Amino acid sequence: MDKNHLQHQLDMKRSLLDQGYLDEQFIQLEELEDDDNPNFVEEMVTTFYANSARLLQNIEQALGSRPIDFTKLDNYMHQFKGSSSSIGATRVQKECTLFMEYCEAANAEGCIRTFRQVKQEHASLKTKLEDYFKLARQGGPSAGGQAGR
Amino acid sequence: MNPSNGKGSIATASSSGAWKVGDVVPDQFPAGLRVLVVDDDPTCLVILEKMLRACLYAVTKCNRAEIALSLLRENKNGFDIVISDVHMPDMDGFKLLEHIGLEMDLPVIMMSADDEKNVVMKGVTHGACDYLIKPVRIEALKNIWQHVVRKRKNEWKELDQSGSLEDGDRQQKPSDEVEYSSSANEGNWKSSKKRKDEEEDIEDRDDTSTLKKPRVVWSVELHQQFVAAVNQLGIDKAVPKKILELMNVPGLTRENVASHLQKYRLYLRRLSGVSQHHSSLNNSFISAQEATFGSMSSLNGLDLQTLAVTGQLPAQSLATLQAAGLGRPTAKSGIPMPLVDQRNLFSFENPKPRFGEGQQQHLSSSKPVNLLHGIPTTMEPKQLANLHQSAQPLGNMNVQVNAHGGHSSSLLMQMGQTQSRGQILNESAGSHVPRLPSSVGHPAISNGIAGGVIGINGIGDNSRGIGYNQVRPTSSMLSFPMNHTSELASNSFPLGSTPGISNITPKGAFQDEINSEIKGSTGFGASYDIFNDLHQQKSQNWELHNVGLQFSASQNANRLQGNLDISPSVLVRQGYSSSQTSGQNRNVSDIGRAVFSGVESTQQGNTQIIGQQLNNFLVDNSVRVKAESIPDAGSQSILFPENNFGQEDLMSALLKQQGGIAPAESEFDLDGYSIDNIPV
Repeated sequence: MDKNHLQHQLDMKRSLLDQGYLDEQFIQLEELEDDDNPNFVEEMVTTFYANSARLLQNIEQALGSRPIDFTKLDNYMHQFKGSSSSIGATRVQKECTLFMEYCEAANAEGCIRTFRQVKQEHASLKTKLEDYFKLARQGGPSAGGQAGR
Repeated sequence: MNPSNGKGSIATASSSGAWKVGDVVPDQFPAGLRVLVVDDDPTCLVILEKMLRACLYAVTKCNRAEIALSLLRENKNGFDIVISDVHMPDMDGFKLLEHIGLEMDLPVIMMSADDEKNVVMKGVTHGACDYLIKPVRIEALKNIWQHVVRKRKNEWKELDQSGSLEDGDRQQKPSDEVEYSSSANEGNWKSSKKRKDEEEDIEDRDDTSTLKKPRVVWSVELHQQFVAAVNQLGIDKAVPKKILELMNVPGLTRENVASHLQKYRLYLRRLSGVSQHHSSLNNSFISAQEATFGSMSSLNGLDLQTLAVTGQLPAQSLATLQAAGLGRPTAKSGIPMPLVDQRNLFSFENPKPRFGEGQQQHLSSSKPVNLLHGIPTTMEPKQLANLHQSAQPLGNMNVQVNAHGGHSSSLLMQMGQTQSRGQILNESAGSHVPRLPSSVGHPAISNGIAGGVIGINGIGDNSRGIGYNQVRPTSSMLSFPMNHTSELASNSFPLGSTPGISNITPKGAFQDEINSEIKGSTGFGASYDIFNDLHQQKSQNWELHNVGLQFSASQNANRLQGNLDISPSVLVRQGYSSSQTSGQNRNVSDIGRAVFSGVESTQQGNTQIIGQQLNNFLVDNSVRVKAESIPDAGSQSILFPENNFGQEDLMSALLKQQGGIAPAESEFDLDGYSIDNIPV
């Protein structure tokens, strides 16, 4: 594998970590990769995005209903947050926490506003990760694993 | 462990075969630890599985609580530890926790992204052995084996203590688990050394009745005898020594009885304490419906079956209960088993063993067929709701739809229909949230309102999902102070055990949740029937569950819904206690017996199975477990017949007592449980 390539991948990861997009959890996931599951992290991220889309949809709907059921919103967001935390999506988690605070305060405006941010962070991380994995794949079959070490 | 040597009715809770050398290699421990992980989030679930595998554990993942319960029930000794998420759509993680604690007595670790103190505290009170905050790191998972070892160690210690303690009233048992925990667990995973010791001990002392005895499994029959003895002595005066003498069961030790008594008292206390929880009936009703049903589906099913079997519960009510209990996969359908209908439910004579198959049908056909005959399969959840409406004071039906363990107790209690019931509740309530509405003191309720009342309790607890819908008809019941837990206890409880009940801790988190689960036990009869049925089907996990249910039933006779997961013995007792007053004891004991038999003999699992089956069917077809577990769905041999406990007697007694059968609010805890036990 191209050393530069690997370096590039590592740099990208470093940058994501530094900027708070990802955290230690992501690193742990990478460490779980092995020969049996060389693309474990990528698979997990894919699963996450597939599932989270549904959760976000639920939240969107709940936000649209009147009157707003804050308890339900809180529950949905809680689920979403838990899921996000499992892949180490830090920034997304932060927005989730903020959102839940607004829920507790029954602040609809705050919820709507924060939700937009949640979606934004969620989408932006997706793009970055896609780039990251693409790079990893280009680097070779176990590029991801190597990059993680 | 040595299998029961046929002494009396004491079955040795030996987990024969539980310890499979191949499962866990002691030398490599903790490698091979069998973990069951439950989480509705697919991402988390897969990640956890990966991490656990990295720790060299044998992992089984599951995304639904009901499926998890089924798995656990089917493979009693198949797992060493369970890790579960707190927030799950189909069932509250704490409820699952309670069920597991009651039925299988496995260590359970809760996890959540929520790290708020009160939630963590909830985990503690419900008996979780640990609480992990998401995202869970692998480091946190590496040491989970300690919980397994610790539990086993405690159990052994208990056993040792009980064995070595010859005389002297040992009311207090260090841990309830020892005797009541599923035998499976006991023998399941142990360090090889311990196991060997255990076996040696047992063998050595096999012939010594006072020395360490193999785990005693409180069969329904045994429990019935126990309750009868206690009633005879009077709950206040019931001391282990005398009870032992009265029971006259060879091989039973005073310690066994003491421990069992403790649990029984706890159970009763819990029942009486359940009512306290519910602050307002209204709320509880509404929520109860949903809640209860979901949680106790399994239990309800059991209860109803049992009750139905005994012929006490009106067919309809049973059906309702069942439907309620079973059909609550999402704990939402919360079909409140109308108390009124309960009578119908339980009236069927032919136990409907086929929970699996018939359940839906039974429930759907709300004909007032004598449920006693079988589980009224005609009642569908919807119907149940209707039945509920009709609210005929089943009185006896203590269908407590306590979805949540915690709540259940109150529900049951509330029914206070009959004093006897109240008593029972008191006794069991014990440690649990004494929510029982002074059921005891409400004679009026007994008439039938009890059934309704039960529902009320459930409602209060609805937060848990107890939803007692049933309350409706007997709205009068509703007025019961749900929070009169204490009253119940103080009522003329023949058992008078309320005060004494220290910890009839049903296993694990049972305490609170159990009550809620007891839902469907509209009255004693109902629950027993259910249990009986269940019992017949599969004795597995439900044992405790059923028992709990029964108690609920017995307690309030109608109301006891809650998750009386109290150890089977306790449950039965409950039912018995109530019967005491009116000679229902007999019946109760029958039921209890049925229940217990189901309970104790893991093979029997009828009661359980029934509950399960009911639940399964009603709740969720996806629950595969159910189908499997209900071996004779078609064969419905309904548990009743096997029980020969005179369920009918019990039922009738209960009914008579009640003056009406309170609709068994059977909270069948159908939610998620496709299996049978642990309601809610």
